[in-house]
Amino acid sequence: MKVLVAKPGLDGHDRGAKVVAHALRDAGFEVVYTGLKRTPEEIVAEAIQEDVDVIGLSILSGAHLLLTRRVVEGLRAAGAGDVGVVVGGTIPPRDVEPLKALGAAGVFPMGTPLTDIVTALKSRTEVAS
Amino acid sequence: MRDVKLNAGIPVKPSYGPEELDGRDAAADIGRPGEYPFTRGIHRAMYRERLWTMRQYIGFGTPADTNARFKHLMAHGQDALNVAFDLPTQLGLDSDDPRAEGEVGRVGMAVDTLADMEEAFAGIPLDRVSVSLTINGMAAPITAMYYAVAERQGAPADRVVTTPQNDILKEFIARGTWVYPVDPSLRLVADLIEFSARRYPRSNPVSVCGYHIREAGCTTAQEMAYGLAIAAAYVELMLARGMAVDDFAPRLSFNFTCWGKIFEEVAKFRAGRRLYARMMRERFGAANPKSCMFRSLIGGGGSAFTVEEPENNIVRGAYIALAAALSGAQTMALPTYDEAYTIPSAKAQLLALRTMQICAEESGAADTADPLGGSYYVEALTNAMEERILAELAAVERMGGIVEAVRSGAIQAEVARQAYLHEQQLAAGETRKVAVNCHVGEARGTADHDVELYVSDAAVAEAQVGKLARVRGERDGHAVTAALGRLADEARGTANLMPAIMECVTAYATLGEINQALKAVFGEYREPVTF
Repeated sequence: MKVLVAKPGLDGHDRGAKVVAHALRDAGFEVVYTGLKRTPEEIVAEAIQEDVDVIGLSILSGAHLLLTRRVVEGLRAAGAGDVGVVVGGTIPPRDVEPLKALGAAGVFPMGTPLTDIVTALKSRTEVAS
Repeated sequence: MRDVKLNAGIPVKPSYGPEELDGRDAAADIGRPGEYPFTRGIHRAMYRERLWTMRQYIGFGTPADTNARFKHLMAHGQDALNVAFDLPTQLGLDSDDPRAEGEVGRVGMAVDTLADMEEAFAGIPLDRVSVSLTINGMAAPITAMYYAVAERQGAPADRVVTTPQNDILKEFIARGTWVYPVDPSLRLVADLIEFSARRYPRSNPVSVCGYHIREAGCTTAQEMAYGLAIAAAYVELMLARGMAVDDFAPRLSFNFTCWGKIFEEVAKFRAGRRLYARMMRERFGAANPKSCMFRSLIGGGGSAFTVEEPENNIVRGAYIALAAALSGAQTMALPTYDEAYTIPSAKAQLLALRTMQICAEESGAADTADPLGGSYYVEALTNAMEERILAELAAVERMGGIVEAVRSGAIQAEVARQAYLHEQQLAAGETRKVAVNCHVGEARGTADHDVELYVSDAAVAEAQVGKLARVRGERDGHAVTAALGRLADEARGTANLMPAIMECVTAYATLGEINQALKAVFGEYREPVTF
């Protein structure tokens, strides 16, 4: 299973993104990291080019609803709606359900143990296969 | 008996005694406060003569919103400001740029033109209040705006005290608000240092930050080592321009974090001051003692705080304040207890200010200089920390020096590796965190039901975009075009760009226009993507 860890928007905090990327790699996933400040369009294009199964968005600025919607809509418009999108970062509890309603397959707010993220993505692979 | 190892990897013994100091020259290594090498602090009487400055990091919404919050905190005894800018401003995007959507006024104050800075500081006398500007990639134009506001207020240049962060190397390593490639970015850092040193003698034109690198994951020893390496890189830049070290070094300042184990932090700062003093005198030939003083904002790191049981962060904040005071801070700032999950509320901001005030007025930490000096443990730890910092500095040299390590991404990769190690230590319970991996309460996972969350207001962006359109309509378009043209021409040469940038901002060129003009000449940084 291949994962694109992505930093959309302008926020420059990538500690979480890199830690999750490390953990997923250690857990046997193939991981690509976009680097900072990618637009939703760039993330969609990279996901398709790299042929990933899941995109993990890391957003700490608070702009997660807007950016997640853009990525999900972009994937659908590009005919890549089967690519799963999960979101982590500074996500307040009240935004978890709205993010899922937008199409996020998983939401990992502050304090989520790395093992929970790994387990969630693994179970997604099992469902897919 | 359990083993104890500090964040820097130093093992801790169950007790320490006088033998720790055998073979050391106490006068040369420890000395007295206010005397070279300043191990015990940069002032003789420290807080007895002057308390640390309390400078909470504030900024949100429109300049008018931020102006009101500034005045609120100043009315409660905060004596200096520390301005947060929104991400579009930090990256040189105007509020009506499509890439700014959803970000205007969110994590800080939005600034598009000089008119915004005028509004932000309306009624705040810039000849009396000192202001830190947390701005890096855009430090040159934002500081130019600040100088222009001060001038229009009638503040004499030699009374203007501002500290633009202006530390682009740590942005490449940790914070991410870079725009141009490494070399032109460094040129802008040096232009602002040189211009300020000549025209605004009390401004602190760079604040070298270990802070954000530690927040990104590095160890205590690495934080100090990388900060010292960055400072040395800036000193070398200025020397290469023909400036004498004592003409700019007295105004170099620092920004470091302070969380975790109190005595390790104190030792980090004592060792750092000693190493900095020796570097400035022995390597760079500084003669002015002020050039050898490691003046630092010491603040808490938000990464010390947890989303679990957030009220516990209030207690952590008090220990951070104590550690910062015992470390000899010149300026202090604390994270707010709600920082792990939201933009700070006014209540949390005030509580952070009160925490520092209680530390200052009630705890006794401010009663005498370096109260831990002479402690067997703290002196031994200071020496051990010095060795670790020197080892990390040697590691940076093996990467080709700090600038090359940034270019190659080697240092970014090392910081990410340390962040992952820290996460694993937390998961394994080796690093203890109450209510996270030990003493976990039943309420875990539901702790944040009652917290106050920042509500971002769409009206902010609307107001800001409207104001920007008004300014664009009212300014002299020819003057703007001419100023931007001059800036682009000079960017192609080697002149100091600050005068041309001053001309742009006073003509009400937008930050986005200034950024575009520079980007057209300099190009954009391509990040070495490593993890």
